[in-house]
Amino acid sequence: MSTPSKTVKSSGRPARALALLAVLILGLLATVLVQGATSLRLGLDLRGGTSVTLQPRASNDSDKITAEAIDQAVEIIRQRVDSLGVAEAEVTSQGSGTNRQILISVPGDSGRRVVDLVGQTAELRFRQVLATAVGLPGSGTDTATPIAGISPEANAAFAALDCTNPESLQGTGADEPSQLILACDRTGGSKFILAPAEVLGQQVSKAEYGVDQQTGTQFIVSLTFNGEGTKAFGALTSRVTSLPSPTNQVAIVLDGLVVSAPSINEAIPSGSAQITGNFTKVEAEDLANVLKYGALPLAFDRGEVQQVSPTLGADQLNAGLLAGLLGLVLVFLFTLFYYRALGLVTIGSLFVAAALLYLSYAILGESIGFTLTLAGIAGTIVSIGTTADSFIVYFERIRDEVREGRTLRSAVESGWARARRTIVVADMVGLIAAVLLYFFAVGGVRGFAFALGLTTIIDLIVIFFFTKPMVTLLAKMNFFASGHPLSGFSAKSIGLKGSSDGNVKIAQSDDAKTVVTKSENLEAK
Amino acid sequence: MSSRNGDRGLGARLYTGEKSFNIIGRRKTWYGISSILILISLGALLFSGLSLGIEFKGGSSYTVNKSGIAVEEARSVVEATGIPGGVIVQKIGDDKVRIQTGSLTVAQSNSVEDALVKAFNVPIESIDTQIIGPSWGKEITKKALYGLFGFLLVVVIFLAMTFEPKMALAAILAVIHDVFITVGIYAVVGFDVTPATIIGFLTIMGYSLYDTVVVFDKVRENTKSIAATGKSTYSDAANLAVNQTIVRSINTSIIALLPVASILFVGAGLLGAGTLKDLSLSLFIGLAVGTYSSIFIAPPFLASLREKEPAMIALRKRVEARGGAPVVAAVAPSRPIEGRGPRNQPKRKGRK
Repeated sequence: MSTPSKTVKSSGRPARALALLAVLILGLLATVLVQGATSLRLGLDLRGGTSVTLQPRASNDSDKITAEAIDQAVEIIRQRVDSLGVAEAEVTSQGSGTNRQILISVPGDSGRRVVDLVGQTAELRFRQVLATAVGLPGSGTDTATPIAGISPEANAAFAALDCTNPESLQGTGADEPSQLILACDRTGGSKFILAPAEVLGQQVSKAEYGVDQQTGTQFIVSLTFNGEGTKAFGALTSRVTSLPSPTNQVAIVLDGLVVSAPSINEAIPSGSAQITGNFTKVEAEDLANVLKYGALPLAFDRGEVQQVSPTLGADQLNAGLLAGLLGLVLVFLFTLFYYRALGLVTIGSLFVAAALLYLSYAILGESIGFTLTLAGIAGTIVSIGTTADSFIVYFERIRDEVREGRTLRSAVESGWARARRTIVVADMVGLIAAVLLYFFAVGGVRGFAFALGLTTIIDLIVIFFFTKPMVTLLAKMNFFASGHPLSGFSAKSIGLKGSSDGNVKIAQSDDAKTVVTKSENLEAK
Repeated sequence: MSSRNGDRGLGARLYTGEKSFNIIGRRKTWYGISSILILISLGALLFSGLSLGIEFKGGSSYTVNKSGIAVEEARSVVEATGIPGGVIVQKIGDDKVRIQTGSLTVAQSNSVEDALVKAFNVPIESIDTQIIGPSWGKEITKKALYGLFGFLLVVVIFLAMTFEPKMALAAILAVIHDVFITVGIYAVVGFDVTPATIIGFLTIMGYSLYDTVVVFDKVRENTKSIAATGKSTYSDAANLAVNQTIVRSINTSIIALLPVASILFVGAGLLGAGTLKDLSLSLFIGLAVGTYSSIFIAPPFLASLREKEPAMIALRKRVEARGGAPVVAAVAPSRPIEGRGPRNQPKRKGRK
């Protein structure tokens, strides 16, 4: 037979638990105020913006895809994105080892510009033009062996190349510098056979955009080479000036596509060059930035591009908040209806949970850059249900204990001892689910998992440090202990027969014995 | 004040065993129902399959925020750009049109955007786009499957350590059952499957386990000392546990369903389509299936497993030798005062 005194001991000190909780909330609040993070950081899907996920292209040499290469790519992309001058733009990598993605998120409406800026490898090459033709299949057959060194296969492939096919305009980003290549220009209007590269992008030391001094209207990108580049570019230009057209042209190739292929009229030993290519101001500016920060060590594919207008963002935010409010009100109504005054404990607990959650989100936003996305809001709303679930497990357990023949005050403690186990186990399952979801999910849905995990932890804090102590305190109040009809512990709602005016009496259906327990007297001490 | 039994709440009568649904005993019925549902699901999966969203197949989606655009008009504008593959055009609410295409290159995608900007005279920033590369879908699918199996594995280990191994087995079986039927409903109805749907599935597995954990906790408590007392078989004790927790299961399910239903209502009603709708729809369906399985599938299956043990067969023989008096209420481990509680009450003669 268990001793009642044991149950009394396990009642803990409700006031101390509540005080601890108050300290925790005040501590979080102080942190928020110190950090100055009074509002939450919203994700791009809630305020508008562009997010791009890049994954290493499968056609890369597999030994080139290393963690260092990806880190380096992140760094270069970050510099490119920073050149846009958009506040709060972010570049991060996600995943582990070589199976990583790069996530770029830029708020506001810079849209397509971001996509172009971050996606290109920016591998710059200077190659001598060997042959050129309009970019249609069939053209270029007249260039049958114009120069020694072009194989018949290359010549046939050149003839067949269709630059109007969008596939040909993808840009390979991985043209081998020492090889002869076939390439289209960026518009698809012409195609080229190009000699091995003689000057490379890494030999460029400076890139700037500006207006062409001669025309006064065209935007250009001026390049300055380093010592090695100056020498190589000087040699290339002096060699081709005397050659017949088109072999006196030098093609500037970016990611496998020809940006421009000017004819060289005289040797350029000065170590500078200009790229003209009918650029708009923005295009010239972005190209200069891309060249300035260098090429990515790997080619990347755009895995996912999401562009949300501020209007849609606002709509989604409002919908999320509305759904949350509606869910909360429905849960309030249900618990009040079913648990009467006890439902107030649930509502209080949910408010405490909400306060903890808001403060946590604010702090995490400031300290680790956590942003609240639509999926995160959904996770938070879903967690209203799971949080309230643990209260129900506890309340039903108390009722069970009373049915077993305990007084309310003793049932509150013995019910807790058992419900606690169930709640902890169930929350652990929820936590496992959240952690796994977080590590396996990609992109936006991670926010959902994060919210779910965080709210599960908060659920545990709330039930241990608020709900349970509150119920212990309330059970001492006459309103509850006497089983008032509205208390949620009335004989009727628990399902015991008996009057509503006295103590909760233990009365089993087939047993007329009414027992006012001894344990109650013991507990009173 | 009446003191007749009829006044007592259903919860209390279920608790004492005064009223009891024979859930474990009729397990063949539940197995039958679930088998049929799983067969239908498999059939639907094989014949119609799931309609996967562009996130899995690769593709692009453009949402133009302007009222008064006719579906046909939008379709012809996009088709005029000469992009490969089919074009799906949907109206969302009154002021939005969503166009979905197959996998496009950056250049093709830009030309679609330009065509839309020109045809409907909207700023390019107001077009919401989503472009998914073809290899991305594979990545997503792979991750979803890893998540599924990783989750099942870790949870089996956790439950086997916390509970009995057979409980872990029964709980996981119930979860697999839920996944099958939920996926089946998607195949039959033809709802779109997106990453948000998958996340919903995985969350539901957590939920379903939560429900099952609550029931099993009670089963374990009720069956702790049955071998010693010899008063009831494992099935009877488990059945009482299910009945004792049924009110709790239903309450927790309703409370979990309320917020999900409000997301579904707002997500489908106000936003039309997207993350909120996909997520809450799979949660909603899965939650309903999960509640069913944690009452009707997991405990009966656990009982089937345990009843095969020699000790439980022996127990059954002993109980039957006593005349098969059904259990009224199980032993609660800690009881403050002997002489109270259902165990000491006169046995009821039978149960309906």
